[in-house]
Amino acid sequence: MTGAAVRSVLGRDLRLASRRPIDAFLPVVFFLVAGSLFPLGVGPEANVLRQIAPGVVWVCALLSAMMSLGSLYGGDYADGSLEQMLISAQPTLLIVCAKALAHWIMTGLPLILVAPLLGMLFDMHSDAIQTLVWSLLLGTPILSLVGGVGAALTLGLRNGAVLILLLVLPLCIPVLIFGAGAVANVDMGLSPSGHLSLLGALLLLTLLGAPVATSAALRISV
Amino acid sequence: MKTRPRFFTFAAPSRFYRLAGLLVPWLYGVAAIFAVAGLYIGLFVAPTDATQGEAYRIIFVHVPAAWMSMLLYMAMAGWAAVGWAFNARLASMLARAIAPTGAAFTFLALWTGAFWGKPTWGTWWVWDARLTSELILLFLYLGYLALVEAIDDTRRADQAGALLAVIGAVNVPIIYFSVRWWNTLHQGATISMTAAPKMANTMLTSMLLMTISFWAYAFAVTFARTRAIVLERERQAEWVHGVVVPLESRKP
Repeated sequence: MTGAAVRSVLGRDLRLASRRPIDAFLPVVFFLVAGSLFPLGVGPEANVLRQIAPGVVWVCALLSAMMSLGSLYGGDYADGSLEQMLISAQPTLLIVCAKALAHWIMTGLPLILVAPLLGMLFDMHSDAIQTLVWSLLLGTPILSLVGGVGAALTLGLRNGAVLILLLVLPLCIPVLIFGAGAVANVDMGLSPSGHLSLLGALLLLTLLGAPVATSAALRISV
Repeated sequence: MKTRPRFFTFAAPSRFYRLAGLLVPWLYGVAAIFAVAGLYIGLFVAPTDATQGEAYRIIFVHVPAAWMSMLLYMAMAGWAAVGWAFNARLASMLARAIAPTGAAFTFLALWTGAFWGKPTWGTWWVWDARLTSELILLFLYLGYLALVEAIDDTRRADQAGALLAVIGAVNVPIIYFSVRWWNTLHQGATISMTAAPKMANTMLTSMLLMTISFWAYAFAVTFARTRAIVLERERQAEWVHGVVVPLESRKP
């Protein structure tokens, strides 16, 4: 019963995304374009690039995850289907979790697949790239979950897209610190496990808190 | 109309409006007197610091401002949560009124910190854990203000703001510790602010006087702003028409 609800919301979001494939690719393209601007700004020095690579990749991932948040609830809000989901018999928490999962599959997962490419552009070592992928794997779900709160709070507002950035980015700072820190540790020859564990702890904490906050925010906004 | 005062007597906007109107001038007075006394002791009586010279005197503004910035965020989140949970209108209005003052104090703390840092550390800004978390606190204030201003429906604005403020309050410790670890792991503490030598008594007195002054100022300005919000939101109420005379019915 509940599994069916999650599956139907998830399947619907993925199907809607597959109908507009270019829209679905935009965050990844943004990620690559924004990332490749840095060498042009900083200079092609391989040592410098390798040093800033973890931070750059993580900041770009953060921004590209924020970019697609406007459409997370925006479309459903505009055509009224969000209202129907909220008044349906299914718990809002489940719907929120399914939406966050769909958002992560559409924006987080492609980022993780493309991140090694960006890492190679920045001349990162292979074990650093491996850690980068692990940190993104743990960190990007947090961005989708926290971003959901921002998206729910700013439903239907003027300048909603910019407002989401202002609301969510400060809350994502710990993710950025531990995600980029794990990779930097590998570069310095230290173990990344401490940072990855903290990222995992943050993910668990967000998993507990964010869906509750998002469903409260949806009830306020709709 | 004599009513026995109860715990929630002043939760009624009309009564709060009158009470705040009586208190505001006094609070401004207290703020001014304590500021003059605190600044006099701080700038003229307190001894010159052995290591930092005269530049250290900015802490008499800086430290109380930083205290107020953190305290006001908690006060704002608390009142917003009360307003949301119990549907208490005045609590939501108070939260809205506190936010600009809190943001102003945060900015003041950062600004005076930069002025202190230039002669002492030789730089306007370092990515120290405390400085960074204060900057993030400013972002949290700005996010709250932007969100509540962007929503036209006051009820939704109050509730959305309350949710954001509470999330921010939960996140502040996480952000603070993550920034601390980030800093210590990356470059090692180049400058330590905690290793300050013991303060002279006059310095402490001055700082306390300034703190009282800032408290009084925060109360005064928040109450004045709350009065304005009360009038705006209760403009349909009978008692407001007794207080504010509409422009078109004013006698020439």
